[in-house]
Amino acid sequence: MRHRLDLRIGPVSYRIGSAWPEPLAELRRLYRNYPAAEAVCDFTVRLEPERPWRRYLRPSVAIRGDYTLPDAAPLPLTLGLLAAEMGMNLQMALGQKRYLLLHAGSVERDGRALILTGHSGAGKSTLAALLGERGWRFMGDEFALLDPATGLLHAFPRAISLKNAALALFDGADPARLGPVLRGTPKGTIRHLQPPAEAIARMDQPARPALILFPRFGRDLDPATRPVGAAEVFVRLTQASTNYVALGARGFDSLTSLVTTVPARAIDYRSSEEAVALVESAWAELR
Amino acid sequence: MNGARLLAGVLAEPARAREVTDWTAFLCLARAESLLGSLAFRLADQPLPPKVAAILADAQADAGYARTQALWEAEMACRALAGVAPAVLLKGTAYAAAGLDASAGRSIGDLDILVSRTALPQVERALLAAGWEWVKENAYDDHYYRTWMHELPPLIHRERDRMIDVHHTILPLTARRTPDAAALLADSIALPGGLRVLAPEDMVLHAVAHLFADGDLAGGLRNLWDIDRLLRQFAGQDGFWERLGARGRLHQLLPHARRALRLAARLYATPVDRRLAGRGDPADLLYERRLLARDGWGRAGRSLERFGFYLRSHLLRMPPRMLAAHLWKKARR
Repeated sequence: MRHRLDLRIGPVSYRIGSAWPEPLAELRRLYRNYPAAEAVCDFTVRLEPERPWRRYLRPSVAIRGDYTLPDAAPLPLTLGLLAAEMGMNLQMALGQKRYLLLHAGSVERDGRALILTGHSGAGKSTLAALLGERGWRFMGDEFALLDPATGLLHAFPRAISLKNAALALFDGADPARLGPVLRGTPKGTIRHLQPPAEAIARMDQPARPALILFPRFGRDLDPATRPVGAAEVFVRLTQASTNYVALGARGFDSLTSLVTTVPARAIDYRSSEEAVALVESAWAELR
Repeated sequence: MNGARLLAGVLAEPARAREVTDWTAFLCLARAESLLGSLAFRLADQPLPPKVAAILADAQADAGYARTQALWEAEMACRALAGVAPAVLLKGTAYAAAGLDASAGRSIGDLDILVSRTALPQVERALLAAGWEWVKENAYDDHYYRTWMHELPPLIHRERDRMIDVHHTILPLTARRTPDAAALLADSIALPGGLRVLAPEDMVLHAVAHLFADGDLAGGLRNLWDIDRLLRQFAGQDGFWERLGARGRLHQLLPHARRALRLAARLYATPVDRRLAGRGDPADLLYERRLLARDGWGRAGRSLERFGFYLRSHLLRMPPRMLAAHLWKKARR
């Protein structure tokens, strides 16, 4: 491939090849403070023209790599950064076999991890990012990696993907941490935010899971915190994992041990301030 | 050195792993050829950089899971067809069920079984009753499979989400060559537990048919690796090469088998019977180039050549006029 960038996020190294320089230039800027990739990369991502002539003519980026979705629609070159992010996520979703992959945000305090999971749009990504700005160590907004061998949670602090209304919450962030505003994506308007320096510096430090939260956002909800039983947590986490089945007995054992040792709460909130307050009080009740 | 050629060399001779300089490209290529799991098993005792060892350990675990899942699927099909018709496992699932070396680390996709053509209606009914459903509902596709192909349209299990291909022979009905499907079934071997697999020679010949006659040689490096493993395991049996030649004639696959032996010897240093393999011809080089076309980014490479083999594979499946009509129909939808 003409252009190449190697990146490391937590325990995962990527080799990203591109037919165009632009997506990699944006990626390089967003990931400039990250440690160097390992000499051997776990996954390869390819950003290439869907057909040879689409390199120049209405350039469109097909997302391919070690794992490819056969019917994935290509993106225009202006969304090349998003294509790279989707390609990297896809490799994790389909190819990660070392860690149990939870579709969840996570943050850490005092060596203990808080897992935020739930449906798309529930606010887990935004909440993890917000907590990362308020005294917590940000571990990731998309994937949390549970090590079946140790039960520890590993960080995967990729650039945070802010969507739609969440963009405004980070208007005050250092402009050097923000990526370009990407309009008209399949998920609306997206802007990437580089995680805080501490999150990047400490990305190799795992943490013991201490609390699982299922946040739910709604303007007409009453703020509330409810306990969630282990069986329900188990089922919801199998749904939030792309590789639970593929890990076989290892997946079952690590998930069982997680849900039987770590308490879980559902929290309903109407605003980010309310959410942060609910998280803090749920965390304070742990001791 | 060509990455795919080095991959073949390392599979054949694991100590050559020390020649690998770009492991990212090497592992990417192996994965794209569905050979990462096989490679992991071959390199289990070699000194490797820790990250490479970790990636290959994941691939081994993954292969173990694929094996369990494939054998369970075979068991499910076997139960559904008990008392309906004898079914013979084919390809990856068969290698795993029979505990053959070819199954070490091999990826296994769909479940492939062979049944007698006369039993197809009962088999179809039994599978539908046991929870399998048609994948495609298109009338032309259905007609295409039923009139011309060697298998039913693919079925998928509605709960387990796994595909089954029900074959009644190993080459399309429209192909110029006609294997003896009745002989394949009659000489199949029962495994303890009720599953059946093809006799060794037929197993090799099916792998040969799969490599050349069916498909555009995509994934050919893996299919040829199957052939290498099977030949090495069976070559010690008394009279194996003679029987392979005789069965090759019976199934009208002898020229294909001879070329496969030559290619396996060239790429994987497979010890083959030189007389049966015969003298190489210039086309061998073309096949070799095609099998080694993939690059270190996992790209299939050389699109014109691939199109040539794609056309060729279809020409082997059906006569030119029929092919033209078929490609026309496919292009229009």
